[in-house]
Amino acid sequence: MRHRQAIALLALVGLFVALYLWLHALGFGGAIKCGAAGGCETVQTSQWAVFLGLPVAFYGVVGYLAVLVVALASLRPAALAERRWSVMLAALASVGLLFTIYLTSLELFVIHAICRWCVGSAVIIAAIWVVAVATLRRELLRPTSPETRTGPVA
Amino acid sequence: MNRFYAIVAVLAAVLGLAVFALLRTGGGTAPAAAAGPPPTVTDDGFRGYTLGQGSAPVEIAEYVDFECPVCASFATIQMPTIKDQLINTGRVRWRFRDYPLPIHKYSRFAAHAAQCAGAQGHYFDMQDQLFSHHQWAQTGKDPSDLFRNLAQAAGVDLKAYDTCMQAGRYAQRIEYSRQEGDSLRVDGTPTFFANGTKLNFRRLPGSDDFKVIVDSIIAHRH
Repeated sequence: MRHRQAIALLALVGLFVALYLWLHALGFGGAIKCGAAGGCETVQTSQWAVFLGLPVAFYGVVGYLAVLVVALASLRPAALAERRWSVMLAALASVGLLFTIYLTSLELFVIHAICRWCVGSAVIIAAIWVVAVATLRRELLRPTSPETRTGPVA
Repeated sequence: MNRFYAIVAVLAAVLGLAVFALLRTGGGTAPAAAAGPPPTVTDDGFRGYTLGQGSAPVEIAEYVDFECPVCASFATIQMPTIKDQLINTGRVRWRFRDYPLPIHKYSRFAAHAAQCAGAQGHYFDMQDQLFSHHQWAQTGKDPSDLFRNLAQAAGVDLKAYDTCMQAGRYAQRIEYSRQEGDSLRVDGTPTFFANGTKLNFRRLPGSDDFKVIVDSIIAHRH
């Protein structure tokens, strides 16, 4: 349960980071708060800041919201013992992590600028992935409880 | 469990306020030409300042945002070589079109400063000044006074410049260019078109990339 709570809290923080970047991309507020280096402006105004016609940050908002909703749903008493919620969280986190790796590689090797907010989001999704995969692995390795074991009893 | 949901609620409220504060402090006062909604548009027939010969076989149109760091980097690092190898050799005519992004507070203002300098025959001098002193784009401060200094360094008569800026004389021209960019599906800056065809690069292009494209276009003409 603690692990799923941790995922929910991390997703909540990630959601607001993505929300800020998305609202900024839509024109709300002025210059992005990014420190003197200005890497965020470089990244946000590049042609790679748009993916399939939408700001990249929008996908972050949707992704973090999905992780948050699934994590909160998995905390219901009836869902706590169900492995499928952990599978869903690990799957969502894996998709998010792969997308983040793609975006970070663009920053490093194509745009040649690093956005601190993007780094923050990358750290958050990486942390979610580690927790989600570790939780799933632990559940897969856990022996089936005697109550649910089937077959002949010696 | 209830304590956990209380933590979620408090964290959401704190983060929401933080995002609101970040967006709010990003605003502030802006010079007349940079503030307010985009002006209504009238086509004055102007299609951008150009470098190079009218007879050049290839025209590259660049949609540029003066506050965009990538545009500044391209202008200061790649353009000198492109001028030497492609423009001054008569192979390329380079057309500059304005595409001020809405996320940039002073982009439209800078474009207007360049147009006012252009009215006095100093567009490219002002463009050089704006891109080579690009720190103004990072501070978020009102650059009105700095732009006057840059205009003076570009050889612009400040009395006429001030009149032009205060009147917002070229605001419609800039907005026309931006809307033209929208219609051509410009989705970031800088965006380039070669003889009307949009160029898609997987990274910020260099002079070698343009040389390959220009060679290819010229080869296919023969």
